[in-house]
Amino acid sequence: MSTTTVQGTKWWAGGKSPFNATYGKVMMWYFLMSDAFTFGAFLISYGTIRFSVNFWPDPNQVFNAFPGFGHQDLPLSFVSLMTFILIFSSVTMVLAVHQGRHMNRKGVEKYMILTILGGIAFLSCQAWEWTHLITGEHKVLVNGALETWGTTVSKNPWGPAVPHEQLSALGLAASEHVTTPGPVAFGGYFFGITGFHGFHVFTGVLVNTIMLIKTRLGHFDQRGHYEMIEKAGLYWHFVDLVWVFVFLCFYLI
Amino acid sequence: MSTAITLQESQAHAGAHAAHAHHHEPFITKYIFSQDHKMISKQFVITGIIWAIIGGFFSVVFRLQLGFPESTFPWLEDIFGHWAAGGKLHPEFYYALVTMHGTVLVFFVLTAGLSGTFANFLIPLQIGARDMASPMLNMLSYWFFFLASVIMLSSLFVQTGPASGGWTVYPPLSALGEASEGSKTGMDLWLISMATFIISSLLGGLNYITTILNMRTKGMSMTRMPLTIWGLFFTAVLGVLAFPVLFSGVILLIFDRNLGTSFFLSDIVVAGKILPNEGGSAILFQHLFWFLGHPEVYIILLPAMGIASEIISVNSRKPIFGYMAMVGSLFAICILAFLVWAHHMFVTGMNPFAGAVFVLLTLLIAVPSSIKVFNWLTTLWRGNIRFTPAMLFAIGFVSLFISGGLTGIYLGNSSLDIHLHDTYFNIAHFHLVMGVASFFGMFAGLYHWFPKMFGRYMNNTLAYVHFWITLVGAYLIFWPMHYEGLAGMPRRYYDFANWESFKMFGGLNEFISVVAIIVFITQLLFVVNFFYSMFKGRKVTSTNPWGATTLEWTTPINPGHGNWEGEIPEVHRWPYDYSKDGRDYIPQTEAVGENESVH
Repeated sequence: MSTTTVQGTKWWAGGKSPFNATYGKVMMWYFLMSDAFTFGAFLISYGTIRFSVNFWPDPNQVFNAFPGFGHQDLPLSFVSLMTFILIFSSVTMVLAVHQGRHMNRKGVEKYMILTILGGIAFLSCQAWEWTHLITGEHKVLVNGALETWGTTVSKNPWGPAVPHEQLSALGLAASEHVTTPGPVAFGGYFFGITGFHGFHVFTGVLVNTIMLIKTRLGHFDQRGHYEMIEKAGLYWHFVDLVWVFVFLCFYLI
Repeated sequence: MSTAITLQESQAHAGAHAAHAHHHEPFITKYIFSQDHKMISKQFVITGIIWAIIGGFFSVVFRLQLGFPESTFPWLEDIFGHWAAGGKLHPEFYYALVTMHGTVLVFFVLTAGLSGTFANFLIPLQIGARDMASPMLNMLSYWFFFLASVIMLSSLFVQTGPASGGWTVYPPLSALGEASEGSKTGMDLWLISMATFIISSLLGGLNYITTILNMRTKGMSMTRMPLTIWGLFFTAVLGVLAFPVLFSGVILLIFDRNLGTSFFLSDIVVAGKILPNEGGSAILFQHLFWFLGHPEVYIILLPAMGIASEIISVNSRKPIFGYMAMVGSLFAICILAFLVWAHHMFVTGMNPFAGAVFVLLTLLIAVPSSIKVFNWLTTLWRGNIRFTPAMLFAIGFVSLFISGGLTGIYLGNSSLDIHLHDTYFNIAHFHLVMGVASFFGMFAGLYHWFPKMFGRYMNNTLAYVHFWITLVGAYLIFWPMHYEGLAGMPRRYYDFANWESFKMFGGLNEFISVVAIIVFITQLLFVVNFFYSMFKGRKVTSTNPWGATTLEWTTPINPGHGNWEGEIPEVHRWPYDYSKDGRDYIPQTEAVGENESVH
């Protein structure tokens, strides 16, 4: 079993048949397909459960806050901003890839920095949104007693509102907004899926940062091509694409 | 990705050190953290063998309980302690053993052990590549598998025992720690191990796919690839697309267990206590599980099919019958594999219309399967057959695949399945068709490529004994189970003595257990043969001992990292030119002659 490395011979770096792409890109595409199946399984599970229960919270009520605007009712405005940031970071990623094709190191650096900032901004927005939901205080009527709930993986305060007559019977002001517990699955799927997506964004930011450092160090100039930027770009666009579906499933319908 | 050492970089590295002709690698990068696909393949096979012994031993222990429910075995207490107090297996531990037997053999032996070994070993050698597309990811694939193995193994030693809810880990049993002993720490470790295993499988699969697609040598068009490579290719595609769905299920189950979510739980009372969970669906987990679970059957089977095709052709000295039909049927199986998962859930309850659709799709699998079987048989037909151990195991594979496959037609019918589901009929079916059959494919491959792996032959006498006892034993174990299952004897029961209707099977169960023990001991014969031959076997003296056409036999007897000294060979023909134009075989590297007939 003497396995000495063969020296001084030509290593075969692979062809481009049959997809006219290098092995690295083919690998990335297959990885994305695999990842799409993971997200697909999550979203289909969510759909199955959501349409098997009679009541589901109205996203316009759940996601109506905007940082700095207090209790003003601004349905879906914050998530629209988040979506805009993420889509915009995809645009800067495209520009980075474009600069890479033209071997323009300064251009790649500029747009990679913008992409990374976009990713970090998105994650910060998500952190705020999560915090707002979890620490929110909502009056919920649980088994005849009044409790104060935030939205968590096991508690959902977004059930149907308690009618006014019942409120006065409980000795509460009729203007009070009190709900009954909503379906538990809401929090689980919301935090589970947006969390899994957020983890992907986080990984993307890490990958992009490594790419930025490698660009800075001139690795890609030495190599003669910026294909790594393209591969990172494929991943980044995929993460954006997934967000479009998450956005659709949790915020729009 | 960014950190992966690409072949271009390796090339630069090799160039820089070209002056040191006899550069020896240190032990740690040569044997432990090796990036050589051949060494990684050996790591996979040895880990697989260790797991197979553990998983096989578990089956011996629970067969003792099933065969001799009245007896006690004091030595069991020496091994398992309070789990077998007084030499009698504890019922909880019986279920743990059944669960671990299934998990270990399905995932750690027949998925990682089989694909990991042969995909790593054969893909670069048979398509003419120096190594995998990314040797770095390939190494990581093994070490993630190793990590998964360590976690799974450690679950055997926790106080509450390993997972015991069956290898399918259906909730609520698996989702609630208070449900049983095996649902506690053992279950958490099972889930973490499986998530790690899926990462390993993903890294390996991505590498196999891209290597096959992009790293083929000059002239090696897709239609000139040996069928082993086609089998491994479709296996990798199945793995990359099916495992992530189980990954989702595993993640959600971990949340249910530890974070108080209700993905798979709804309105449950445990020990008189009402749990707060509501709105989840246990059936949802079954869908997620079987969306992997059914393709998993083919992940296990397709490499064995590829290996059998190759070995049958080589040892019949005949071209494989219907090469394109073989590839086409592999493709058809690959597609159908994703469309039939719910046939595992006929008795779970589903829309009868959906049931009918799944019956139809399930029965369609018989078409590509039959195409493959008839092609193997017609390849054998009037061949100049050499009964090497590898050939015997390949023929045994075909035999077991037919025997086990035929009962699949019964089970695929939802109306019959209501009677046969979760009985010993089912056990017999899947053990023959995917368990033992794939093992035969694995044995065939190991006997056939052992000379290439280690430069030595395995002992033939031991191999023949191994083959005959295993083949006859496999039928003696699983044939009677069909009758038990038809009589309604359910699987996963600890003791049948209290059922009047199953008392008549007492003797049969005892017989099955005795044969199972004999067959298990015979497998140790293989293990001894394997490790003895590795160091002391007869040395291989020619580069092409089997007279095969494929590229792996054009390398030196003990190929180094990089496989070929000098240039990579060029390919000019398909890999099945046996007994052509009066010649025994024509290697793929030989240019097509002017007067040569076209196949």
